[in-house]
Amino acid sequence: MVPTGYYVILAAALFAVGALGVLIRRNLIVIFMAIELMLNAVNLAFVAFARQLGSSDGHVFVLFVMTVAAAEAAVGLAIIIAVVRNRESIFADQNALLRW
Amino acid sequence: MALAVFGVLATLLLVGALTVVLHPDSVYSALALIGVMALLAVVFVTLEAHLIAALQIIVYAGAIMVLFLFVIMLIGRPGSGGPFASSRILWAASGLGAGGLAIGVGTMVAKSALAPPEAGRPEFGTTTAVARELFTTYLLPFELTSVLLLIAVVGAVVLAKGRPRA
Amino acid sequence: METTADSIVRWIVIWPLLGVLGNLLIPRRSFVRLWAPAMVGLAFVTALVAVWRLWMLPPGAVLVDHVYRWMAVGNLHVNVDLSVDALSAVMVLVVTGVGCLIHVYSTGYMAEDRDVARYFTYLNLFTLSMLLLVLADNLPLLFVGWEGVGLCSYLLIGFWYEKTENASAGKKAFVVNRIGDACFLLGLFALFWGLGAQGTWTVAFRDIEASAAGLSPGLATVICLLLFAGATGKSAQLPLYVWLPDAMAGPTPVSALIHAATMVTAGVYLVARLHFLYAMAPVALEVVAIVGAATALLAATIAVAQTDIKRVLAYSTVSQLGYMFIACGVGAYASAIFHLMTHAFFKALLFLGAGSVIHGMGGEQDLRRMGGLQVRMPTTFVTMLAGCLAIAGVPPFAGFFSKDQILLRAYEWHPALWLAGVLGAGLTAYYMFRMFFLTFTGPSRATASVREHIHESPPSMRLPLVALAALAVVGGLVGLPEHWLWGDAFGAFLAPVLAGGHGGAAGAHSTGMGPGAAHGHAPEALLMLASVAAAGAGIGAAYLLYIRRPAERARLRARFPGLEQLLSHAYYVDELYEALIVRPVAALAGFAARVLDPRVIDACVNGLAQLTAALGGGWRRLQTGNVQHYALSLLLGAAAIVAYYAVP
Repeated sequence: MVPTGYYVILAAALFAVGALGVLIRRNLIVIFMAIELMLNAVNLAFVAFARQLGSSDGHVFVLFVMTVAAAEAAVGLAIIIAVVRNRESIFADQNALLRW
Repeated sequence: MALAVFGVLATLLLVGALTVVLHPDSVYSALALIGVMALLAVVFVTLEAHLIAALQIIVYAGAIMVLFLFVIMLIGRPGSGGPFASSRILWAASGLGAGGLAIGVGTMVAKSALAPPEAGRPEFGTTTAVARELFTTYLLPFELTSVLLLIAVVGAVVLAKGRPRA
Repeated sequence: METTADSIVRWIVIWPLLGVLGNLLIPRRSFVRLWAPAMVGLAFVTALVAVWRLWMLPPGAVLVDHVYRWMAVGNLHVNVDLSVDALSAVMVLVVTGVGCLIHVYSTGYMAEDRDVARYFTYLNLFTLSMLLLVLADNLPLLFVGWEGVGLCSYLLIGFWYEKTENASAGKKAFVVNRIGDACFLLGLFALFWGLGAQGTWTVAFRDIEASAAGLSPGLATVICLLLFAGATGKSAQLPLYVWLPDAMAGPTPVSALIHAATMVTAGVYLVARLHFLYAMAPVALEVVAIVGAATALLAATIAVAQTDIKRVLAYSTVSQLGYMFIACGVGAYASAIFHLMTHAFFKALLFLGAGSVIHGMGGEQDLRRMGGLQVRMPTTFVTMLAGCLAIAGVPPFAGFFSKDQILLRAYEWHPALWLAGVLGAGLTAYYMFRMFFLTFTGPSRATASVREHIHESPPSMRLPLVALAALAVVGGLVGLPEHWLWGDAFGAFLAPVLAGGHGGAAGAHSTGMGPGAAHGHAPEALLMLASVAAAGAGIGAAYLLYIRRPAERARLRARFPGLEQLLSHAYYVDELYEALIVRPVAALAGFAARVLDPRVIDACVNGLAQLTAALGGGWRRLQTGNVQHYALSLLLGAAAIVAYYAVP
């Protein structure tokens, strides 16, 4: 049996990669995809601990995460569409309007 | 044996994740992400979370990523500048932060001694088990989530609709 | 001393207070010219009643009126307490009596002035403050009156403020007085502290007198010198006398009341009141006597060369005040008060007479343009003559007896002091009669238009002149030398308060025995003769140079070139002060205003604001608007937290 710790470390690594992606990519959609990656890493961690503790609470949480991620993806992508339509730019650093 | 499977899956997952983040073309990133999700579903199966694995494929890889691909195609190829941020400091800080986080978690995990996993009920990981928890202990969040989904739908339609042509 | 409670005392002060309020509320000429003098008149009557009550009590009694509790802080208790003993009885009668006459005079003199209401308000306020000063039972309350008269002096000197010189003169008076006041306060604090160090926390006069013996002589000397410094400011002695000649810019009745009869005598009153303290500090007494003598002589020499009628009288006042301080310095406090009283009579008379002359000549004040007023202004002529004879010290006029007492005691102290006094007396007689002759005798040197309108003053102005002239004639008879008729009744009256202050007695005193004491019993008659001779010489010299042989003046001028200029410019003391003190202080003030204030103090405040703005300007660069940067900070924070738990 694979120790639970291995899964958690894997989840941490995936989370780190996702965080890196959020910070260094300019394309808004790719940033969003990196966020999804981070959410999935969290799901992995939840499932791993669900097995560790033998309880289904972890699964329920994963369910909720997925639901919220879906809702968030829908709204977020709609926002991106609106932004691109109005400002003709899909890059995060060109949409930095609330600056000093 | 299980360890070997885990190792393969882990390697593939990391390669896929890095492709998502580092590939210049956004379509390739989306496809890599689909791959990551599928692999995660396999990992879930190894963790005896069968319902979750199924939902992972259906919801995530099947619906959400499709939505992403739709939007990528709708918006089209991006303009000038290049796919990555130009600031060296940003790269360095990001690497430091992300790396530090991962290493920190890893260290904590390595130091802690986890007991062997408890054996759950026989129906662990099945729909029955999840449903039992969902509709009893977590009923309120469940209901609220349905409202959330409604809001999200309305919001997405309103935001993406654009101005009505007069 | 036994004290008797009597609430009539507060009424002496309340009448002028009502005067002030009435003048403020109903500022009409027809009202104030009746109300103001009436209030002071009532104060005078009340004072008479109070003094009569005091007279009925055994000698050494004091009428005390506790009005209300002013301050009670820790060990310090200061009340508004008014008291009438022999000393303050004399002072209060002089202030209210002469004050009332001058108020009456003012109704005539200021009849055509636009701001009559303001004038009488200030005048009543002054009377109130002066009465507070002399009736105060403790030092802080005295100081309140002290400051009040200083304020009123400033207000009244600069009464016609539209002319800048008048306003400047008022300012000068106030500023110079301030220097004295600062020293006064320091002396007061030192006294309070010194007494407190031995356990007695008090500032009331009788209590101070009871416990003063515990003070060290050194501390007592310091206190006395500081208080005397305050007195030099208020009473125009060296070196703070420079404001008094300039104060002549005010209306003449003001000069008469404030700068001759009452306010300037406050310093003498202070020293007399605290005589027991000065008795413990012989060094301080020496300083007082020497300063007084120097001032008396110096001012007399300056008066000799003045051409403005009021300035002659101003320097004369400074000089006569010097005599009063000589008396205090040699321990003859009663003599000082005696001279204070007679001086009030004849100096007020002289000033009012000068006012009458100025009024009659339509505003002319220059002696060189007067002359021949004898015929056209007879009342003024006669009363001024009486005043001049009194101040010159011609017997039996008032000034003779009081000045004689002082000179006698000065001789006992040291002959040199006596000599200075006699010289001063001679000069006094000279410059007073010079002024008299120039004003009233000979052909008129005025312009034709002025000459046409010369007229005698109205009754409201003549009546006080006559009254004061009468007092100048007979006022000295209360203080006769020892074996004449009833002797020194005045000194006897004051003796219980001013122990050891008898005039005329040549016996041993515990104080005031100066270096010349070896001479012992003084040849009184000889000294009296000497002072009369000096007066005669002065009058004779004036007669010679201004009536008989006027040409001699030109010859003297040629023989002593520059002397006249030096004297008429008052030894250039004002210019000296201007260069040594005023300019540096003004430069310092300018520096503070132009450099210190904007560049240091404002810079601190502004600098703080600029620092805040700069910090803000720096911090706001964090708001790049780029969400990824914000996400980065989140990530770094999370990594830090994890590191904190992962590391230990």
